[in-house]
Amino acid sequence: MKASAGGYARAVDVPHALELMAGSAGAGRYLAGGQSLVAALNMRLSEGDMLIDISRIADLSGIREDGDHLRIGALTRHADIGRDALIRTHAPLLSDAVRHIAHAAIRNRGTIGGALAHADPAAEFPACALALGATLHAQGGTGTRDIAAEEFFEDVFTTTLAEGEILTGLSVPKAEAGEVQVIEEVARRSGDYALTGLCLVRRAAGHRLSIFSAGPVPMLARGAMAALDAGDLDAAVEALRAEIDPPSDTQASGSYRRHLAGVLLRRAVKRIEGDRA
Amino acid sequence: MSIAFGNPDRPNSYIGKTVPRPNARKLVQGRGRYVDDIVLPRMVHVAFVRSPFAHARITGIEAEAAKGVKGVLRVFTGADLAEVCTPWVGVLAHLKGLKSPPQHALAVDRAAWVGEPVVAVVATSRAAAEDGAALVEVDYDPLPVVTDTMTALDADTPVLHPDLGDNLAFRRLHEEGDVAAAMASAHKVISARFRTARHTGVTPEPRSILVDWSPADGQMTAYHATQAPHMIQTVLAAHLDLPESRVRVICGDVGGSYGIKVHVYPDEVATAAIAKVMGRPVKFIADRLESFSTDIHARDHEIEAKIAVDAEGRILAMDVDDWTGIGPYSVYPRTSAIEGNQVVNLCGGPYDFANYRARTTVVFQNKTPTCQYRAVGHPIAVAITEGLVDMAAAALGMDPVEIRRRNMYADDAYPVTSPAKMRFEGLSHHASMDKLMEMMDYDALRADQAEARKRGKHRGIGIASFIELTNPSPFMYGIGGARISAQDGCTVRMDPDGSIVALSGVTEQGQGTEAMLSQVVAEGVGVLPSSVRVITGDTQVTPYGGGTWASRGAGIGGEAALQAARALRQSILEVAAAMLQADAGALDIRDGQVVTAETGEQRLPLEELGRIVYFRGDTLPKGLPRELVQTRHFITMDYPFAFTNGVQASYLEVDTDTGVVTLLNHWCVEDCGRVINPQLVDEQIRGGIVQGLGGALYEEIHYDSEGQLLNGSMADYLVPMAAEMPDMQIGHVETPTKESELGAKGAGEAGTAGAPAAVMNAINDALRPLGAQVTEMPFTPERILRALGTIQD
Ligand SMILES: Cc1cc2nc3c(=O)[nH]c(=O)nc-3n(C[C@H](O)[C@H](O)[C@H](O)COP(=O)(O)OP(=O)(O)OC[C@H]3O[C@@H](n4cnc5c(N)ncnc54)[C@H](O)[C@@H]3O)c2cc1C
Repeated sequence: MKASAGGYARAVDVPHALELMAGSAGAGRYLAGGQSLVAALNMRLSEGDMLIDISRIADLSGIREDGDHLRIGALTRHADIGRDALIRTHAPLLSDAVRHIAHAAIRNRGTIGGALAHADPAAEFPACALALGATLHAQGGTGTRDIAAEEFFEDVFTTTLAEGEILTGLSVPKAEAGEVQVIEEVARRSGDYALTGLCLVRRAAGHRLSIFSAGPVPMLARGAMAALDAGDLDAAVEALRAEIDPPSDTQASGSYRRHLAGVLLRRAVKRIEGDRA
Repeated sequence: MSIAFGNPDRPNSYIGKTVPRPNARKLVQGRGRYVDDIVLPRMVHVAFVRSPFAHARITGIEAEAAKGVKGVLRVFTGADLAEVCTPWVGVLAHLKGLKSPPQHALAVDRAAWVGEPVVAVVATSRAAAEDGAALVEVDYDPLPVVTDTMTALDADTPVLHPDLGDNLAFRRLHEEGDVAAAMASAHKVISARFRTARHTGVTPEPRSILVDWSPADGQMTAYHATQAPHMIQTVLAAHLDLPESRVRVICGDVGGSYGIKVHVYPDEVATAAIAKVMGRPVKFIADRLESFSTDIHARDHEIEAKIAVDAEGRILAMDVDDWTGIGPYSVYPRTSAIEGNQVVNLCGGPYDFANYRARTTVVFQNKTPTCQYRAVGHPIAVAITEGLVDMAAAALGMDPVEIRRRNMYADDAYPVTSPAKMRFEGLSHHASMDKLMEMMDYDALRADQAEARKRGKHRGIGIASFIELTNPSPFMYGIGGARISAQDGCTVRMDPDGSIVALSGVTEQGQGTEAMLSQVVAEGVGVLPSSVRVITGDTQVTPYGGGTWASRGAGIGGEAALQAARALRQSILEVAAAMLQADAGALDIRDGQVVTAETGEQRLPLEELGRIVYFRGDTLPKGLPRELVQTRHFITMDYPFAFTNGVQASYLEVDTDTGVVTLLNHWCVEDCGRVINPQLVDEQIRGGIVQGLGGALYEEIHYDSEGQLLNGSMADYLVPMAAEMPDMQIGHVETPTKESELGAKGAGEAGTAGAPAAVMNAINDALRPLGAQVTEMPFTPERILRALGTIQD
């Protein structure tokens, strides 16, 4: 199929992008890395979009330290996250997640902001943001605001970004001394979206466990987190399996995904403990 | 003079060597010319409105809105095209009882699968045609849907084509010996149920056609990504009321075919019909969704099978009941009964046993039509046979290699006729197995497996012997009335500069046919492969031939090329003898020079001979033949098919917590007769193995009970990717066929034939200590965990 876009404009900065969006009569659509959006356009799943290309807005890209947080621009490419030294040191979960995301060509173009805004329930970065307790930064016609990752993912492909709002970046807390972060997933082939996956972070304050590709949105498995804090892995596995209601599709049934979640949790805990030993 | 194949140091010894592919540089540099690269003056594009229902009556078509779209020129319905294009029926006389209703280029009154073309919208661009297609309103009245194969013949299942009486397209029962008696008296009888999933070929280049009708000279030219240009010439002529001689099919570069591009597709015929009506070149390039819903599917089989063995592991009998659903139509003109028929022909293939019963039942249903795809029927027959043999070995506590050795035809037993009545001229099962054992170091691998098991790792070794049908004679299609040539031809000529041009009826799909032809011709004439230019894929230019299918290019096309090249060599030497006043028998051609055969002394460069013949023919003796163009054809006569054989092995690890299978290594030893180009053959085998591994682990077309295709994209239909593929070690045993001087049989499908069975057996070898077994492909993580009982609901 041939895409049927309504138009294209390149924004030079965020105000320009917001202005283009305001003038688009509701047809505006931000284009970042294009790795999800262009595929959708090429399937005519979306037609007549007025594409507002934000990919060249320099301010929105790059990683910098911001006190006890890292601030990551929305347009930072997956590949850049994967090789960034600050990320490797302070948020290794994100570095590790990158190798599970798609293939090199897609990682060279796809952006972390796009992945978060797109909110695919099987995507890695949204689950990482949850596990890390990230704060997302947005800018719209009425100004800027911060949104906790827990408040961001609403439904399949749906976030709490307001109409026309741009995700400008996210802040993740720097890993404290002794903090461990791991990601585990199973995909049918390398680069495929996960059948199910999870991110586990162990901090002084306790465990944070997020699970993806197990429901309409990535979610924090709070029951399992409590059981892990109590040191009871079996109870954590049981709680996790009870907390999710994974869908069935052509790749796997919900039952398989539920089973897999438990296996992955055991593997993640084993890796964390391996790190402690 | 025959070629001393045994002597690798003979002059012009290109047959048997890896030579560069003449077209590789062009393709790698992006300078290939695929159908979609061709732009003709006044060219228009067609997009199709396709049925969203698996089965529905078409009660109305409203196209006014579409006609108003900028760029849209015309809209055609099934009724419109039926006026200029006759329907076809995909049956062949030798497949007794095969029935199928007439099929139209665009559905008339009724659509019978999701994706069937219903309306064609023609516009100045593909995008505009799609814009128009989106606005065509078709009223459908949904009809009852048939999707399940096993209940298709039940009394309460609706009959899809009432005129045909029932949903049975074809049934064949073959019986040899006394299966019941052998089963009754056997030491052990093992039965199993197998399933192979619906696949499709997923060619990198989608189906593509550009048809140009010139009313001025009454000629239709179809630029077509096809395997069989001459067959398509016949089909377009027959159904568009044109003389065959007035249809020219040109097949330039093709980006992979695998059997997908050897069939007649309604949307492609519709494109030709529209070109004829509009008098303008019309292009159709399938997009990926169209490919998934309209390229032929294959391999959707369910099988109940039994094997009987004695206490020594000797096979006493096999009994196979095979069922397959082929969609609503048998595909034209090769039919959709061949795959089931092949299962009957091929089960038990490597083994010397007496009692055999096999039945195939081919039913209609509302899904995409199925037809021949790489290794037609082989992966199914090999999975059944090798699965059962492994289960028998396990039941007897016998090593899987040992049970095969006890049953395979002895290497000196040939010629033999199998219980399926297949005739084998010469195979090498034991030599191949010996070579495999050596390559894989079987005993060391067993030790590694045992060692891994101690560490809680479940590794398995799977073996699969197989036979492969290649070099088909007219017994495959021609005998049934299809105008599909089993013969092929080659014209070889020398131009004034001493270079050689070879025109062949076999075709290049990206697999390297032209490289093979160039080296055969180079050796046959006595020139460097680089001075041979090969031309294929033009019905107005090349000798008439069959094209690419059933692994025939090298065995049939290669032999025709060799004979034509040797005839040209003889003609050249006759002229050279006259020029040099020598005896032609004492001369040879080497590296483009006429030489004294005995000493190798250079006597005359071919370009000098060319200069004299073409520009100073007056200086040659009057009456001296100087025919520097020679054509030869080849057809097999002694055997209906040249069977090849081989054996594959897989080593893998099963993660019993997640069900994920990791392929660790893969081996294939095969015997395709004379290996003309080792690298090309090895890569054909590897590519074939990859497609086989796809079937074993990943590929499966899903439909829901309403006949909706659920996974029509590359994200959802999983083809194997490089990262999951193991190393593949390829070895050869060479038993040349005596039917030809070249001695080559086919090699293109062996990899696909054996790989799924090898993987299945390896998984079951790994799972056996846990009491689990899988027989339903693909072996997804979930199916493995279900077999283990880990997941139950
Ligand atoms: C074959 C393939 C495999 C893939 N596999 C994976 C995988 O395994 N895991 C994974 O996580 N992803 C995968 N992806 C998706 C990939 O990571 C995408 O790049 C990502 O999901 C979207 O990022 P993008 O920059 O390309 O966004 P785009 O495609 O440009 O945009 C996606 C959506 O987000 C909106 N958007 C983008 N940026 C912003 C912003 N800053 N503010 C507001 N809205 C915005 C767009 O308007 C659009 O609706 C895969 C993609 C492909 C093609």
